[in-house]
Amino acid sequence: MHAAVVVFPGSNCDRDLAVAFEAAGAKVSMVWHKDTKLPDGVDIVGVPGGFSFGDYLRCGAIAANSPICNEVKAHADRGGYAIGICNGFQVLAETGVLPGALLRNAGLKYICKTVGLNVVTSQCAYTEGYSAGDVIDIPIAHHDGNYFADDETIARLQGEDRVAFTYTDNPNGAKGDIAGILSANKRVLGMMPHPERAADAGHGGTDGQALFRALSGILTPA
Amino acid sequence: MKARVHVMLKNGVLDPQGEAVRHALGAMGFDGVNGVRQGKVIELDLADGTTEATVNEMCEKLLSNMVIESYTVEMS
Repeated sequence: MHAAVVVFPGSNCDRDLAVAFEAAGAKVSMVWHKDTKLPDGVDIVGVPGGFSFGDYLRCGAIAANSPICNEVKAHADRGGYAIGICNGFQVLAETGVLPGALLRNAGLKYICKTVGLNVVTSQCAYTEGYSAGDVIDIPIAHHDGNYFADDETIARLQGEDRVAFTYTDNPNGAKGDIAGILSANKRVLGMMPHPERAADAGHGGTDGQALFRALSGILTPA
Repeated sequence: MKARVHVMLKNGVLDPQGEAVRHALGAMGFDGVNGVRQGKVIELDLADGTTEATVNEMCEKLLSNMVIESYTVEMS
C-alpha cells in the first residue's frame, strides 16, 4: 500500500497520520498543498487534521481550493481511496467529495477528549477490522465537528449504509449523531475523531489500529 | 469598484453563535430579542469591469458554502 499524506500550512496531524499508515505497513509520501500531482501508484490519500490556513473563512474552505485538492478530487472521482480526519473531513466536505458540512459545535466549545464511537457498518475497507455494533474509544479534538446535511441527505447516507461511525454520546450536536461518513462507493471516509491518535499503546488506546490495519489490504491502484 | 458580500447561515441551520448572543442580550436586560443570526460581511476591492456574475461565482466557489449558507452581493 502506498499512502500519500497531504500537508497544508496549519496541518498538525500529518506526521501522526503518516506514522499510523507506516505502522500498518504502508509506504508514505508527504504531498505539499501546492503540488499539482499525486505520486505515481498512490493507493490512498490521507487528508490530515489541523487548522489548514488558520481555519480562515470556513474550516477547510481554502485548503479545498488548493492545487493538490484538484488532484485529490480527481483521485476520488476515479474510484481511489481517501480518508479525511478532522480538518481533513472538513476539507473533503468543502471539496464536495463527501456530502454535508461541519458546523460550529452546538455547545460553542472546542472539545478535546476521548469519546465512544459506534461502528455502524463493517462493510467498507476502513471498518472491516471491526464488527458492526462494536463500540470503540477514539479521541476528538475540534471546534467545528457538528455534522450537518439536509434531511434527505442524512436519510440517503443511512439508507445506503454510508454512516461509518456515530457517537455513543453526541458531543457536538452532529445530526444523527454522525461522526464519520462514506462516499457512495465507500472508498472515501471522512470522520471527525482521530483514529491515528489511538493507534499505538503509547497513545493510551489502540482502538484506531484496526482501521489502518484493514487498509493494508488495499492494493488496487486508482 | 467594490462589492460587498453578505454570507448568512440558511434558515433551518442551527446558529449556536447567534443563540449565544441572544442569551447574552437577554441576560443584559435587553428584553424582546426573539432571535439572533450571525453572518459575515466580505468586502472586495475589484478591478473596474468585474461583473456581478463573476462575484457570484466567487461566492459559490469559495466565499460561501452553499450546503449551509446563502449569500447576497451588493455592487458599488
